[in-house]
Amino acid sequence: MNFAAINTEIFILVLGLFAIIMDLALPKDESRKAIGGVLIFSLTAWVAYMFTMYTPQSIIADGGTGTRYFNDMMYVVDNYSIFFKQLFIVATVFTMLFSLEYMQNVLRYKGEFYALLMTALLGMCVLASANDFLTAFIGLELMTISFYILVGARISSKNSSEAAIKYLIVGSVSTAVMLYGISLVYGATGTVQFYDMLRNPALFSAAGLAGATMVMIGFFFKLSVIPFHMWAPDVYQGAPTPITAMLAMGSKAAGIAVFMRVLYVAFPLIGFYWLPILAVLSAICMIGGNIMAIRQTDVKRMLAYSSIAQAGYMMVGIVSADFAGMKAVMFYGMLYVFANVGAFAALSLVEQHRGNSDYKAIAGLAKSAPVMAAVMTISLLSMAGIPPTAGFAGKLYLFTAVVNQGYLWLAFVGFIMSMISVYYYLQVAKAMYLEVGDDEPIVISGAARAAAVISVLATILFGVWPEKLAEITNLASFTFLQ
Amino acid sequence: MTIGLNHCLLLAAMLFAIGLYGVLSKRNIIAILMGVELMLNAVNINFVAFNRFTPVSDLTGQLMTVFAITVGVAEVAIGVALAYRIYNDRQTINVDELDNMKG
Repeated sequence: MNFAAINTEIFILVLGLFAIIMDLALPKDESRKAIGGVLIFSLTAWVAYMFTMYTPQSIIADGGTGTRYFNDMMYVVDNYSIFFKQLFIVATVFTMLFSLEYMQNVLRYKGEFYALLMTALLGMCVLASANDFLTAFIGLELMTISFYILVGARISSKNSSEAAIKYLIVGSVSTAVMLYGISLVYGATGTVQFYDMLRNPALFSAAGLAGATMVMIGFFFKLSVIPFHMWAPDVYQGAPTPITAMLAMGSKAAGIAVFMRVLYVAFPLIGFYWLPILAVLSAICMIGGNIMAIRQTDVKRMLAYSSIAQAGYMMVGIVSADFAGMKAVMFYGMLYVFANVGAFAALSLVEQHRGNSDYKAIAGLAKSAPVMAAVMTISLLSMAGIPPTAGFAGKLYLFTAVVNQGYLWLAFVGFIMSMISVYYYLQVAKAMYLEVGDDEPIVISGAARAAAVISVLATILFGVWPEKLAEITNLASFTFLQ
Repeated sequence: MTIGLNHCLLLAAMLFAIGLYGVLSKRNIIAILMGVELMLNAVNINFVAFNRFTPVSDLTGQLMTVFAITVGVAEVAIGVALAYRIYNDRQTINVDELDNMKG
Protein backbone atom coordinates (compact mmCIF):
# COMPACT_ATOMS: atom_id res chain seq x y z
CA MET A 1 0.00 0.00 0.00
CA ASN A 2 1.83 3.03 -1.27
CA PHE A 3 -0.25 5.79 0.30
CA ALA A 4 2.10 8.50 -0.99
CA ALA A 5 0.86 7.72 -4.50
CA ILE A 6 -2.70 8.76 -3.69
CA ASN A 7 -1.92 11.97 -1.82
CA THR A 8 -4.05 14.02 -4.24
CA GLU A 9 -7.13 11.94 -3.53
CA ILE A 10 -6.53 12.02 0.22
CA PHE A 11 -6.14 15.79 0.08
CA ILE A 12 -9.42 16.24 -1.82
CA LEU A 13 -11.26 13.91 0.54
CA VAL A 14 -9.98 15.90 3.53
CA LEU A 15 -11.18 19.12 1.89
CA GLY A 16 -14.62 17.60 1.35
CA LEU A 17 -14.86 16.52 4.99
CA PHE A 18 -13.65 19.97 6.01
CA ALA A 19 -16.51 21.53 4.02
CA ILE A 20 -19.09 19.32 5.73
CA ILE A 21 -17.75 19.98 9.22
CA MET A 22 -17.40 23.73 8.72
CA ASP A 23 -20.94 23.86 7.37
CA LEU A 24 -22.18 22.28 10.59
CA ALA A 25 -19.96 24.38 12.82
CA LEU A 26 -20.66 27.82 11.34
CA PRO A 27 -23.70 29.74 12.60
CA LYS A 28 -26.78 29.40 10.44
CA ASP A 29 -26.92 32.96 9.11
CA GLU A 30 -23.20 33.13 8.39
CA SER A 31 -22.19 33.25 4.72
CA ARG A 32 -20.58 30.05 3.44
CA LYS A 33 -18.25 31.96 1.14
CA ALA A 34 -15.35 31.46 3.55
CA ILE A 35 -15.48 27.68 3.00
CA GLY A 36 -15.32 28.27 -0.73
CA GLY A 37 -12.38 30.62 -0.26
CA VAL A 38 -10.41 28.05 1.71
CA LEU A 39 -11.13 25.32 -0.85
CA ILE A 40 -10.17 27.54 -3.78
CA PHE A 41 -6.92 28.58 -2.11
CA SER A 42 -5.85 25.07 -1.10
CA LEU A 43 -6.74 23.50 -4.44
CA THR A 44 -4.85 26.19 -6.35
CA ALA A 45 -1.78 25.55 -4.22
CA TRP A 46 -2.15 21.81 -4.83
CA VAL A 47 -2.32 22.24 -8.62
CA ALA A 48 0.94 24.17 -8.46
CA TYR A 49 2.48 21.42 -6.30
CA MET A 50 1.31 18.75 -8.75
CA PHE A 51 3.73 20.04 -11.38
CA THR A 52 6.51 18.47 -9.28
CA MET A 53 4.84 15.03 -9.55
CA TYR A 54 5.43 14.64 -13.28
CA THR A 55 8.08 12.16 -14.28
CA PRO A 56 10.56 14.39 -16.14
CA GLN A 57 11.73 13.85 -19.70
CA SER A 58 15.24 12.84 -18.56
CA ILE A 59 13.97 9.73 -16.73
CA ILE A 60 11.73 8.73 -19.64
CA ALA A 61 14.66 9.06 -22.05
CA ASP A 62 16.58 6.51 -19.94
CA GLY A 63 13.76 4.01 -20.39
CA GLY A 64 12.10 4.52 -17.02
CA THR A 65 8.41 5.39 -16.64
CA GLY A 66 8.26 6.65 -13.06
CA THR A 67 4.76 5.20 -12.79
CA ARG A 68 3.60 4.54 -9.25
CA TYR A 69 0.95 2.02 -8.24
CA PHE A 70 -1.37 1.77 -5.29
CA ASN A 71 -2.71 -1.54 -4.00
CA ASP A 72 -1.26 -3.99 -6.50
CA MET A 73 -1.83 -2.32 -9.90
CA MET A 74 -5.39 -1.36 -9.04
CA TYR A 75 -4.60 2.29 -9.11
CA VAL A 76 -2.00 3.84 -11.35
CA VAL A 77 -0.43 7.27 -11.00
CA ASP A 78 1.37 8.22 -14.20
CA ASN A 79 1.88 11.50 -16.07
CA TYR A 80 -1.38 10.89 -17.93
CA SER A 81 -3.47 10.70 -14.77
CA ILE A 82 -1.62 13.61 -13.16
CA PHE A 83 -2.43 15.79 -16.15
CA PHE A 84 -6.12 14.92 -16.04
CA LYS A 85 -6.26 15.47 -12.28
CA GLN A 86 -4.81 18.93 -12.77
CA LEU A 87 -7.45 19.58 -15.42
CA PHE A 88 -10.28 18.54 -13.09
CA ILE A 89 -8.96 20.61 -10.21
CA VAL A 90 -8.51 23.68 -12.43
CA ALA A 91 -12.09 23.26 -13.67
CA THR A 92 -13.43 22.96 -10.11
CA VAL A 93 -11.45 25.93 -8.85
CA PHE A 94 -12.72 28.18 -11.65
CA THR A 95 -16.28 26.96 -11.15
CA MET A 96 -16.18 27.73 -7.45
CA LEU A 97 -14.59 31.10 -8.14
CA PHE A 98 -17.33 32.35 -10.44
CA SER A 99 -20.15 30.74 -8.49
CA LEU A 100 -19.46 32.23 -5.03
CA GLU A 101 -22.13 34.91 -5.59
CA TYR A 102 -24.50 32.64 -7.48
CA MET A 103 -24.57 30.15 -4.63
CA GLN A 104 -25.34 32.74 -2.00
CA ASN A 105 -28.27 34.09 -3.99
CA VAL A 106 -29.74 31.05 -5.72
CA LEU A 107 -29.10 27.89 -3.71
CA ARG A 108 -30.58 27.07 -0.34
CA TYR A 109 -28.00 24.59 0.95
CA LYS A 110 -24.59 26.16 0.44
CA GLY A 111 -22.21 24.08 2.54
CA GLU A 112 -23.39 20.82 0.96
CA PHE A 113 -22.72 22.29 -2.45
CA TYR A 114 -18.99 22.54 -1.70
CA ALA A 115 -18.84 19.11 -0.07
CA LEU A 116 -20.58 17.45 -3.03
CA LEU A 117 -18.39 19.31 -5.50
CA MET A 118 -15.38 17.85 -3.68
CA THR A 119 -16.76 14.29 -3.81
CA ALA A 120 -17.48 14.74 -7.52
CA LEU A 121 -13.90 15.93 -7.99
CA LEU A 122 -12.65 12.93 -6.02
CA GLY A 123 -14.63 10.63 -8.30
CA MET A 124 -13.08 12.23 -11.38
CA CYS A 125 -9.57 11.83 -9.96
CA VAL A 126 -10.24 8.16 -9.18
CA LEU A 127 -11.48 7.70 -12.76
CA ALA A 128 -8.33 9.19 -14.25
CA SER A 129 -6.17 6.75 -12.27
CA ALA A 130 -8.36 3.66 -12.36
CA ASN A 131 -6.58 0.59 -13.65
CA ASP A 132 -9.29 -1.99 -13.18
CA PHE A 133 -13.01 -2.05 -13.74
CA LEU A 134 -13.81 -2.12 -10.03
CA THR A 135 -11.98 1.16 -9.39
CA ALA A 136 -13.33 2.70 -12.58
CA PHE A 137 -16.87 1.76 -11.58
CA ILE A 138 -16.52 3.23 -8.10
CA GLY A 139 -15.01 6.44 -9.45
CA LEU A 140 -17.71 6.79 -12.06
CA GLU A 141 -20.49 6.31 -9.54
CA LEU A 142 -18.91 8.61 -6.97
CA MET A 143 -18.85 11.30 -9.64
CA THR A 144 -22.31 10.75 -11.13
CA ILE A 145 -24.13 10.28 -7.82
CA SER A 146 -22.67 13.57 -6.59
CA PHE A 147 -23.84 15.17 -9.82
CA TYR A 148 -27.39 13.78 -9.47
CA ILE A 149 -27.72 15.73 -6.23
CA LEU A 150 -25.96 18.84 -7.53
CA VAL A 151 -28.15 18.99 -10.64
CA GLY A 152 -31.23 19.01 -8.40
CA ALA A 153 -29.77 21.59 -6.03
CA ARG A 154 -31.80 24.58 -7.28
CA ILE A 155 -34.81 23.95 -5.07
CA SER A 156 -36.70 27.06 -6.20
CA SER A 157 -36.91 25.78 -9.78
CA LYS A 158 -39.10 22.96 -11.07
CA ASN A 159 -36.72 22.40 -13.96
CA SER A 160 -33.92 21.47 -11.59
CA SER A 161 -35.63 18.43 -10.07
CA GLU A 162 -36.94 17.41 -13.49
CA ALA A 163 -33.39 17.51 -14.87
CA ALA A 164 -32.08 15.57 -11.89
CA ILE A 165 -34.58 12.70 -12.20
CA LYS A 166 -33.98 12.45 -15.94
CA TYR A 167 -30.23 12.34 -15.33
CA LEU A 168 -30.68 9.75 -12.58
CA ILE A 169 -32.83 7.38 -14.62
CA VAL A 170 -30.70 7.51 -17.75
CA GLY A 171 -27.51 7.45 -15.70
CA SER A 172 -28.47 4.42 -13.63
CA VAL A 173 -29.71 2.46 -16.66
CA SER A 174 -26.40 3.16 -18.41
CA THR A 175 -24.58 2.09 -15.24
CA ALA A 176 -26.51 -1.17 -15.24
CA VAL A 177 -25.68 -1.77 -18.92
CA MET A 178 -22.01 -1.06 -18.30
CA LEU A 179 -21.92 -3.31 -15.23
CA TYR A 180 -23.54 -6.11 -17.20
CA GLY A 181 -20.81 -5.68 -19.78
CA ILE A 182 -18.14 -5.75 -17.09
CA SER A 183 -19.61 -8.96 -15.66
CA LEU A 184 -19.48 -10.62 -19.09
CA VAL A 185 -15.89 -9.50 -19.61
CA TYR A 186 -15.04 -10.81 -16.16
CA GLY A 187 -16.67 -14.11 -16.98
CA ALA A 188 -14.73 -14.44 -20.23
CA THR A 189 -11.30 -13.43 -18.94
CA GLY A 190 -11.52 -14.17 -15.22
CA THR A 191 -10.19 -10.76 -14.26
CA VAL A 192 -11.26 -7.14 -14.08
CA GLN A 193 -7.74 -5.74 -14.16
CA PHE A 194 -6.70 -3.84 -17.29
CA TYR A 195 -3.14 -5.21 -17.52
CA ASP A 196 -4.29 -8.83 -17.12
CA MET A 197 -7.01 -8.33 -19.69
CA LEU A 198 -4.55 -6.94 -22.21
CA ARG A 199 -4.03 -9.46 -25.04
CA ASN A 200 -6.18 -12.09 -23.34
CA PRO A 201 -7.50 -14.17 -26.26
CA ALA A 202 -10.66 -15.03 -24.27
CA LEU A 203 -11.85 -11.47 -24.95
CA PHE A 204 -12.66 -12.60 -28.47
CA SER A 205 -15.20 -15.15 -27.25
CA ALA A 206 -18.88 -14.34 -27.62
CA ALA A 207 -19.24 -13.25 -23.99
CA GLY A 208 -16.11 -11.11 -24.16
CA LEU A 209 -17.19 -9.30 -27.32
CA ALA A 210 -20.72 -8.70 -26.04
CA GLY A 211 -19.32 -7.47 -22.73
CA ALA A 212 -16.85 -5.09 -24.37
CA THR A 213 -19.62 -3.70 -26.56
CA MET A 214 -21.87 -3.08 -23.55
CA VAL A 215 -19.04 -1.37 -21.67
CA MET A 216 -18.50 0.91 -24.67
CA ILE A 217 -22.22 1.73 -24.83
CA GLY A 218 -22.14 2.62 -21.14
CA PHE A 219 -19.32 5.03 -21.83
CA PHE A 220 -21.16 6.54 -24.80
CA PHE A 221 -24.07 7.34 -22.47
CA LYS A 222 -21.74 9.06 -20.04
CA LEU A 223 -20.01 11.02 -22.81
CA SER A 224 -23.42 11.86 -24.36
CA VAL A 225 -22.38 10.64 -27.78
CA ILE A 226 -25.22 10.73 -30.33
CA PRO A 227 -27.39 8.47 -30.38
CA PHE A 228 -27.02 8.15 -26.58
CA HIS A 229 -27.30 11.88 -25.94
CA MET A 230 -30.99 12.53 -25.26
CA TRP A 231 -30.50 13.26 -21.57
CA ALA A 232 -27.83 15.93 -22.04
CA PRO A 233 -29.85 18.99 -23.23
CA ASP A 234 -32.51 18.69 -20.51
CA VAL A 235 -29.96 18.12 -17.76
CA TYR A 236 -27.75 20.98 -18.91
CA GLN A 237 -30.70 23.35 -19.06
CA GLY A 238 -32.23 22.44 -15.71
CA ALA A 239 -29.06 22.25 -13.62
CA PRO A 240 -27.70 25.29 -11.77
CA THR A 241 -25.32 27.02 -14.22
CA PRO A 242 -22.04 26.29 -12.35
CA ILE A 243 -23.00 22.61 -12.30
CA THR A 244 -23.74 22.72 -16.01
CA ALA A 245 -20.23 24.05 -16.44
CA MET A 246 -18.80 21.22 -14.34
CA LEU A 247 -20.78 18.64 -16.32
CA ALA A 248 -19.47 20.04 -19.59
CA MET A 249 -15.83 20.32 -18.51
CA GLY A 250 -15.13 17.86 -15.71
CA SER A 251 -17.56 15.04 -16.21
CA LYS A 252 -16.87 14.85 -19.93
CA ALA A 253 -13.09 15.00 -19.55
CA ALA A 254 -13.21 12.31 -16.86
CA GLY A 255 -15.24 10.10 -19.17
CA ILE A 256 -12.72 10.66 -21.95
CA ALA A 257 -9.80 9.90 -19.62
CA VAL A 258 -11.13 6.52 -18.51
CA PHE A 259 -12.47 5.72 -21.98
CA MET A 260 -9.00 6.14 -23.50
CA ARG A 261 -7.49 3.93 -20.82
CA VAL A 262 -10.10 1.22 -21.35
CA LEU A 263 -9.79 1.39 -25.11
CA TYR A 264 -5.98 1.43 -25.33
CA VAL A 265 -4.98 -0.60 -22.26
CA ALA A 266 -7.78 -3.08 -21.55
CA PHE A 267 -9.14 -3.76 -25.04
CA PRO A 268 -6.35 -2.79 -27.45
CA LEU A 269 -7.12 -5.58 -29.92
CA ILE A 270 -10.89 -5.18 -29.88
CA GLY A 271 -10.36 -1.44 -29.87
CA PHE A 272 -8.58 -1.75 -33.19
CA TYR A 273 -11.83 -2.96 -34.75
CA TRP A 274 -13.77 -0.27 -32.91
CA LEU A 275 -11.85 2.66 -34.39
CA PRO A 276 -13.85 2.91 -37.67
CA ILE A 277 -17.09 2.80 -35.66
CA LEU A 278 -15.77 5.50 -33.37
CA ALA A 279 -14.89 7.58 -36.45
CA VAL A 280 -18.47 7.35 -37.70
CA LEU A 281 -19.87 8.15 -34.25
CA SER A 282 -17.64 11.18 -33.89
CA ALA A 283 -18.74 12.43 -37.32
CA ILE A 284 -22.39 11.97 -36.27
CA CYS A 285 -21.67 13.87 -33.07
CA MET A 286 -20.06 16.77 -34.90
CA ILE A 287 -22.84 17.00 -37.49
CA GLY A 288 -25.80 16.37 -35.19
CA GLY A 289 -24.56 18.47 -32.28
CA ASN A 290 -23.82 21.49 -34.42
CA ILE A 291 -27.01 21.31 -36.50
CA MET A 292 -29.27 20.90 -33.47
CA ALA A 293 -27.51 23.70 -31.62
CA ILE A 294 -28.60 26.16 -34.31
CA ARG A 295 -32.30 25.99 -33.53
CA GLN A 296 -32.10 26.35 -29.73
CA THR A 297 -33.58 29.37 -27.99
CA ASP A 298 -31.90 28.82 -24.62
CA VAL A 299 -28.17 29.52 -24.40
CA LYS A 300 -27.57 26.73 -21.86
CA ARG A 301 -29.35 24.25 -24.12
CA MET A 302 -27.36 25.52 -27.07
CA LEU A 303 -24.16 24.94 -25.10
CA ALA A 304 -25.37 21.41 -24.31
CA TYR A 305 -25.60 20.58 -28.01
CA SER A 306 -22.33 22.35 -28.61
CA SER A 307 -20.74 20.18 -25.92
CA ILE A 308 -22.01 17.11 -27.79
CA ALA A 309 -20.20 18.45 -30.83
CA GLN A 310 -17.08 19.10 -28.74
CA ALA A 311 -17.17 15.47 -27.57
CA GLY A 312 -17.18 14.59 -31.26
CA TYR A 313 -14.06 16.70 -31.86
CA MET A 314 -12.29 15.02 -28.95
CA MET A 315 -13.25 11.59 -30.27
CA VAL A 316 -11.50 12.51 -33.50
CA GLY A 317 -8.28 12.44 -31.49
CA ILE A 318 -9.21 9.09 -29.92
CA VAL A 319 -9.81 7.63 -33.39
CA SER A 320 -6.28 8.42 -34.50
CA ALA A 321 -5.07 6.19 -31.61
CA ASP A 322 -1.47 7.33 -31.55
CA PHE A 323 0.83 9.68 -29.70
CA ALA A 324 -0.28 12.78 -31.60
CA GLY A 325 -3.97 11.99 -31.19
CA MET A 326 -3.78 11.48 -27.43
CA LYS A 327 -1.78 14.62 -27.02
CA ALA A 328 -4.36 16.54 -29.06
CA VAL A 329 -7.24 15.21 -26.95
CA MET A 330 -5.56 16.31 -23.74
CA PHE A 331 -4.64 19.70 -25.18
CA TYR A 332 -8.20 20.22 -26.39
CA GLY A 333 -9.67 19.10 -23.06
CA MET A 334 -7.60 21.68 -21.20
CA LEU A 335 -8.46 24.63 -23.39
CA TYR A 336 -12.10 23.56 -23.52
CA VAL A 337 -12.07 24.08 -19.74
CA PHE A 338 -10.96 27.68 -20.15
CA ALA A 339 -13.48 28.38 -22.91
CA ASN A 340 -16.30 26.93 -20.82
CA VAL A 341 -15.34 28.90 -17.73
CA GLY A 342 -15.63 32.14 -19.68
CA ALA A 343 -18.97 31.28 -21.22
CA PHE A 344 -20.59 29.91 -18.08
CA ALA A 345 -19.27 32.68 -15.82
CA ALA A 346 -21.16 35.19 -17.98
CA LEU A 347 -24.18 32.93 -18.22
CA SER A 348 -24.47 32.32 -14.47
CA LEU A 349 -24.37 36.08 -13.98
CA VAL A 350 -27.25 36.49 -16.41
CA GLU A 351 -29.24 33.70 -14.80
CA GLN A 352 -28.67 35.14 -11.36
CA HIS A 353 -29.84 38.65 -12.32
CA ARG A 354 -32.45 38.03 -14.99
CA GLY A 355 -33.92 34.72 -13.88
CA ASN A 356 -33.28 32.59 -16.98
CA SER A 357 -30.74 32.05 -19.71
CA ASP A 358 -32.45 32.35 -23.10
CA TYR A 359 -31.45 34.69 -25.91
CA LYS A 360 -33.85 37.39 -24.66
CA ALA A 361 -32.19 37.42 -21.25
CA ILE A 362 -28.71 38.00 -22.68
CA ALA A 363 -29.89 40.78 -25.01
CA GLY A 364 -27.99 43.99 -24.37
CA LEU A 365 -25.49 42.37 -22.02
CA ALA A 366 -22.74 44.41 -23.68
CA LYS A 367 -24.23 47.54 -22.12
CA SER A 368 -24.95 46.21 -18.65
CA ALA A 369 -21.81 44.08 -18.22
CA PRO A 370 -19.30 44.88 -20.98
CA VAL A 371 -16.46 42.77 -19.55
CA MET A 372 -18.61 39.67 -19.30
CA ALA A 373 -19.99 40.14 -22.81
CA ALA A 374 -16.46 40.36 -24.20
CA VAL A 375 -15.36 37.31 -22.21
CA MET A 376 -18.32 35.30 -23.46
CA THR A 377 -17.68 36.27 -27.09
CA ILE A 378 -14.00 35.32 -26.98
CA SER A 379 -14.77 32.03 -25.21
CA LEU A 380 -17.39 31.08 -27.78
CA LEU A 381 -15.00 31.94 -30.62
CA SER A 382 -12.45 29.67 -28.99
CA MET A 383 -15.01 26.84 -28.98
CA ALA A 384 -15.58 27.48 -32.68
CA GLY A 385 -11.84 27.37 -33.32
CA ILE A 386 -11.19 30.87 -34.66
CA PRO A 387 -7.54 32.01 -34.52
CA PRO A 388 -5.84 33.47 -32.46
CA THR A 389 -7.75 31.70 -29.69
CA ALA A 390 -6.62 28.40 -28.23
CA GLY A 391 -9.47 26.53 -29.90
CA PHE A 392 -7.72 26.95 -33.24
CA ALA A 393 -4.49 25.40 -31.98
CA GLY A 394 -6.44 22.54 -30.41
CA LYS A 395 -8.38 21.74 -33.56
CA LEU A 396 -5.21 21.98 -35.62
CA TYR A 397 -3.56 19.30 -33.43
CA LEU A 398 -6.67 17.08 -33.56
CA PHE A 399 -7.17 17.22 -37.32
CA THR A 400 -3.47 16.85 -38.19
CA ALA A 401 -3.31 13.75 -36.02
CA VAL A 402 -6.30 12.12 -37.66
CA VAL A 403 -5.27 13.04 -41.22
CA ASN A 404 -1.92 11.35 -40.60
CA GLN A 405 -3.84 8.17 -39.78
CA GLY A 406 -5.67 8.30 -43.11
CA TYR A 407 -9.06 9.61 -42.01
CA LEU A 408 -9.13 12.60 -44.33
CA TRP A 409 -12.92 12.62 -44.56
CA LEU A 410 -13.26 12.91 -40.78
CA ALA A 411 -11.08 16.02 -40.68
CA PHE A 412 -13.11 17.40 -43.58
CA VAL A 413 -16.39 16.92 -41.66
CA GLY A 414 -14.75 18.57 -38.67
CA PHE A 415 -13.70 21.62 -40.68
CA ILE A 416 -17.12 22.12 -42.26
CA MET A 417 -18.90 21.72 -38.94
CA SER A 418 -16.56 24.17 -37.21
CA MET A 419 -17.53 26.74 -39.82
CA ILE A 420 -21.23 26.06 -39.26
CA SER A 421 -20.79 26.36 -35.50
CA VAL A 422 -19.53 29.95 -35.92
CA TYR A 423 -23.07 30.88 -36.97
CA TYR A 424 -24.78 30.03 -33.71
CA TYR A 425 -21.90 31.18 -31.53
CA LEU A 426 -22.06 34.57 -33.22
CA GLN A 427 -25.83 34.69 -32.69
CA VAL A 428 -25.07 34.93 -28.98
CA ALA A 429 -22.68 37.80 -29.70
CA LYS A 430 -25.33 39.46 -31.86
CA ALA A 431 -27.90 39.24 -29.06
CA MET A 432 -25.44 40.68 -26.57
CA TYR A 433 -24.13 43.54 -28.72
CA LEU A 434 -26.82 44.55 -31.19
CA GLU A 435 -30.15 43.78 -29.58
CA VAL A 436 -31.75 46.08 -27.09
CA GLY A 437 -32.43 44.64 -23.68
CA ASP A 438 -32.27 45.54 -20.03
CA ASP A 439 -29.67 48.34 -19.83
CA GLU A 440 -29.30 48.34 -16.08
CA PRO A 441 -25.65 47.79 -15.10
CA ILE A 442 -24.98 44.47 -13.37
CA VAL A 443 -22.63 44.50 -10.40
CA ILE A 444 -20.06 41.75 -10.84
CA SER A 445 -18.17 40.34 -7.89
CA GLY A 446 -14.39 40.45 -7.96
CA ALA A 447 -14.10 36.67 -7.88
CA ALA A 448 -16.34 36.14 -10.90
CA ARG A 449 -14.53 38.86 -12.80
CA ALA A 450 -11.16 37.29 -11.92
CA ALA A 451 -12.29 33.84 -13.07
CA ALA A 452 -13.61 35.18 -16.36
CA VAL A 453 -10.62 37.37 -17.14
CA ILE A 454 -8.04 34.70 -16.23
CA SER A 455 -9.81 32.14 -18.39
CA VAL A 456 -9.87 34.49 -21.38
CA LEU A 457 -6.21 35.37 -20.90
CA ALA A 458 -5.40 31.65 -20.82
CA THR A 459 -7.48 31.08 -23.96
CA ILE A 460 -5.55 33.72 -25.87
CA LEU A 461 -2.20 32.80 -24.36
CA PHE A 462 -2.48 29.14 -25.35
CA GLY A 463 -3.67 30.26 -28.77
CA VAL A 464 -0.61 32.33 -29.61
CA TRP A 465 1.89 30.37 -27.52
CA PRO A 466 0.80 26.75 -27.06
CA GLU A 467 4.33 25.51 -26.43
CA LYS A 468 4.29 25.02 -22.64
CA LEU A 469 0.94 23.24 -22.56
CA ALA A 470 1.97 21.12 -25.54
CA GLU A 471 5.14 20.06 -23.70
CA ILE A 472 3.15 18.85 -20.70
CA THR A 473 0.65 16.97 -22.87
CA ASN A 474 3.58 15.41 -24.74
CA LEU A 475 5.02 14.19 -21.47
CA ALA A 476 1.65 12.82 -20.39
CA SER A 477 0.86 10.90 -23.55
CA PHE A 478 4.42 9.65 -23.97
CA THR A 479 4.54 7.73 -20.69
CA PHE A 480 1.06 6.39 -21.33
CA LEU A 481 2.08 4.70 -24.56
CA GLN A 482 5.27 3.13 -23.19
CA MET B 1 -30.52 -31.87 -12.89
CA THR B 2 -27.81 -29.74 -11.33
CA ILE B 3 -27.86 -25.98 -11.53
CA GLY B 4 -24.88 -24.78 -13.56
CA LEU B 5 -23.41 -21.60 -14.95
CA ASN B 6 -25.80 -21.43 -17.90
CA HIS B 7 -28.89 -21.50 -15.71
CA CYS B 8 -27.60 -18.60 -13.64
CA LEU B 9 -26.67 -16.60 -16.73
CA LEU B 10 -30.10 -17.23 -18.26
CA LEU B 11 -31.80 -16.12 -15.05
CA ALA B 12 -29.67 -12.98 -14.97
CA ALA B 13 -30.37 -12.18 -18.62
CA MET B 14 -34.11 -12.59 -18.04
CA LEU B 15 -34.03 -10.39 -14.95
CA PHE B 16 -32.07 -7.75 -16.86
CA ALA B 17 -34.58 -7.80 -19.71
CA ILE B 18 -37.54 -7.59 -17.33
CA GLY B 19 -35.91 -4.66 -15.55
CA LEU B 20 -35.24 -2.86 -18.84
CA TYR B 21 -38.85 -3.46 -19.90
CA GLY B 22 -40.01 -2.00 -16.60
CA VAL B 23 -37.87 1.11 -17.04
CA LEU B 24 -39.15 1.67 -20.57
CA SER B 25 -42.84 0.90 -20.03
CA LYS B 26 -43.67 2.17 -16.53
CA ARG B 27 -44.71 5.77 -16.04
CA ASN B 28 -44.38 6.00 -12.27
CA ILE B 29 -40.93 7.07 -11.02
CA ILE B 30 -40.95 4.54 -8.17
CA ALA B 31 -41.76 1.72 -10.59
CA ILE B 32 -38.94 2.87 -12.88
CA LEU B 33 -36.54 2.79 -9.95
CA MET B 34 -37.67 -0.77 -9.21
CA GLY B 35 -36.82 -1.65 -12.81
CA VAL B 36 -33.36 -0.16 -12.38
CA GLU B 37 -32.90 -2.18 -9.21
CA LEU B 38 -33.81 -5.37 -11.08
CA MET B 39 -31.21 -4.61 -13.75
CA LEU B 40 -28.51 -4.05 -11.13
CA ASN B 41 -29.42 -7.26 -9.31
CA ALA B 42 -29.23 -9.21 -12.56
CA VAL B 43 -25.63 -8.05 -12.82
CA ASN B 44 -24.96 -9.25 -9.27
CA ILE B 45 -26.19 -12.75 -10.13
CA ASN B 46 -23.85 -12.73 -13.13
CA PHE B 47 -20.83 -11.78 -11.05
CA VAL B 48 -21.47 -14.33 -8.33
CA ALA B 49 -22.18 -17.09 -10.85
CA PHE B 50 -18.98 -16.40 -12.79
CA ASN B 51 -17.02 -16.32 -9.56
CA ARG B 52 -18.49 -19.64 -8.45
CA PHE B 53 -18.44 -21.65 -11.68
CA THR B 54 -15.36 -20.50 -13.58
CA PRO B 55 -11.82 -21.34 -12.49
CA VAL B 56 -10.74 -18.01 -11.01
CA SER B 57 -8.41 -17.80 -8.08
CA ASP B 58 -9.77 -14.82 -6.17
CA LEU B 59 -13.08 -13.36 -5.04
CA THR B 60 -13.13 -10.33 -7.35
CA GLY B 61 -16.60 -11.17 -8.65
CA GLN B 62 -18.15 -11.24 -5.20
CA LEU B 63 -16.26 -8.08 -4.31
CA MET B 64 -17.79 -6.34 -7.31
CA THR B 65 -21.21 -7.46 -6.09
CA VAL B 66 -20.72 -5.84 -2.71
CA PHE B 67 -19.83 -2.53 -4.37
CA ALA B 68 -22.63 -2.82 -6.92
CA ILE B 69 -25.21 -3.34 -4.17
CA THR B 70 -23.94 -0.30 -2.28
CA VAL B 71 -23.99 1.91 -5.35
CA GLY B 72 -27.44 0.67 -6.34
CA VAL B 73 -28.84 1.54 -2.94
CA ALA B 74 -27.31 5.02 -3.07
CA GLU B 75 -28.80 5.60 -6.50
CA VAL B 76 -32.28 4.48 -5.48
CA ALA B 77 -32.14 6.53 -2.28
CA ILE B 78 -31.45 9.67 -4.31
CA GLY B 79 -34.13 8.67 -6.80
CA VAL B 80 -36.76 8.38 -4.07
CA ALA B 81 -35.74 11.72 -2.58
CA LEU B 82 -36.07 13.34 -6.01
CA ALA B 83 -39.45 11.67 -6.53
CA TYR B 84 -40.59 13.20 -3.25
CA ARG B 85 -39.48 16.65 -4.40
CA ILE B 86 -41.18 16.26 -7.75
CA TYR B 87 -44.36 15.24 -5.96
CA ASN B 88 -44.11 18.40 -3.86
CA ASP B 89 -43.64 20.52 -6.99
CA ARG B 90 -46.36 19.01 -9.18
CA GLN B 91 -48.57 16.67 -7.11
CA THR B 92 -47.72 13.79 -9.45
CA ILE B 93 -44.80 11.45 -10.09
CA ASN B 94 -45.84 10.46 -13.59
CA VAL B 95 -42.82 10.89 -15.87
CA ASP B 96 -44.99 11.86 -18.84
CA GLU B 97 -45.78 15.13 -17.09
CA LEU B 98 -42.12 16.06 -16.71
CA ASP B 99 -42.09 18.07 -19.92
CA ASN B 100 -41.10 21.59 -18.89
CA MET B 101 -37.98 21.52 -21.05
CA LYS B 102 -38.21 20.85 -24.76
CA GLY B 103 -36.35 21.65 -27.94
